[in-house]
Amino acid sequence: MKRAEKKSEFSVPGKLIIVEGVDGSGKSTQITLLEKWLRYIGVPVFFTEWNSSEQVKEIISKGKKKNLLTPTTFSLLHATDFAARYERNVFPLLRAGYVVLADRYIYTAFARDVVRGCSPEWVRHVYSFAIKPDIAFYFRVPVETSFDRIVKGRPKLKYYEAGMDLNLSNDPFESYRIFQGRIVEQYESMAQEESFTVIDGTADIEEQQKQVRDKMMKLLPRRVVRTTPGEEEGATKL
Amino acid sequence: MKRVQIRIEPRPLRYYGKGIPYLQDDEVKGRLIVIEGPDASGRSTQIGLITAKLEADGHAVLNTGLKRSELVSEGIMEAKREHMLGRRTMSLFYAADFADQLENKIIPALRAGYIVLADRYIYTLMARDAVRGASRRWSHQLFGFAIVPDLVFYLDVNPNELVHRVFQKNTFLDYYESGADLGLSDDMYESFIVYQRMIAREFRRMQRRYNLLIISGDRPVHETNADLQTKIDHFLGSIQSR
Repeated sequence: MKRAEKKSEFSVPGKLIIVEGVDGSGKSTQITLLEKWLRYIGVPVFFTEWNSSEQVKEIISKGKKKNLLTPTTFSLLHATDFAARYERNVFPLLRAGYVVLADRYIYTAFARDVVRGCSPEWVRHVYSFAIKPDIAFYFRVPVETSFDRIVKGRPKLKYYEAGMDLNLSNDPFESYRIFQGRIVEQYESMAQEESFTVIDGTADIEEQQKQVRDKMMKLLPRRVVRTTPGEEEGATKL
Repeated sequence: MKRVQIRIEPRPLRYYGKGIPYLQDDEVKGRLIVIEGPDASGRSTQIGLITAKLEADGHAVLNTGLKRSELVSEGIMEAKREHMLGRRTMSLFYAADFADQLENKIIPALRAGYIVLADRYIYTLMARDAVRGASRRWSHQLFGFAIVPDLVFYLDVNPNELVHRVFQKNTFLDYYESGADLGLSDDMYESFIVYQRMIAREFRRMQRRYNLLIISGDRPVHETNADLQTKIDHFLGSIQSR
């Protein structure tokens, strides 16, 4: 672990690109399109998403079912999931020169855990081992837009998804709306200090993707961007 | 007829760091006493004796310990067996388990006025991480949500004595309690001794910062117990009003 903290001694040739935003902001659509494009042009890519480590996921969902997770435990379980993916995949792959794409990163914890009542400083300490991303895209949408995208056609919302543990409202839909609004506030408050690249999540999908690729292209060596698939042999090194 | 009533003064919860903001203004009547020490140091025997004495004195007592949270324990054991998780991941996993115990068991019991006897607390977790190269600063901050206990005892047993007590209980040395994951020695016996010395050194290093009371556990059970009980009685006497 000491090594990861002294990463300056080691080179990290890979690039870490992450997306953040509330559910229904369109971030997952955009990162998927980015991934497909990078693969198409032959860049070695690894994709990872929040709360997806096999070993930890099960425990989180077990706890969620019982509705017995306190905010601190909830936060630490997500940190465990994050660390499992970070130690196993993200950091080694960055060292090996991959482009690592993460659907949600530490900022999701900074936003959600603080809304749930954890100390902002504490949450930042917990995640202090994580490397800063090369690009952090933040998909900005009005709460109403993301609300409509997520809620339309759904008869009910999950307990934690709706932020029911916060006692904001007895109505899950109303609770969800307030909860998401507070998360947006957190994202907005860190946008500048964390150097988010803000994308207008209400724009056309193609327009958003163009902005995402333009930004990404600046991190890729020129030969990669110019080359169409098949022109160059083998995987491209960054 | 005059009945002696035990009344413990309420006190606010104190934390090592930023604490738990959504609970911060809490006042509790209960008290938290921690017994630390390696496996086979006599922790559970001492906890049994102390519990009996405190209950006889009229206190409500709750026993808790690491790895007893129903939420996380099973997952931890499984992942550990399969060596699938990195060290940082394990640290966070244990911290999550501890948080669950703290908020769902320890704090409610303290509010209800119990004396909570904890079989190990954050110090074991921090010591294990420190000898494996984790940053002490990071560990300290990680446990910033932990309540500062009223008393913390560390049962210090010479590793050469400890190893014999382990063999009286089991016929083998536990993989992690021997620090076998650290690659200290191919000889498990030697690995155990070296690892336990490292852990003990880490506890001595933490003594000041965390106010640990180091108690020699090399003595017979009743002697160690008398020592612990005197200190506990003295503490409880100092906070009671009659």
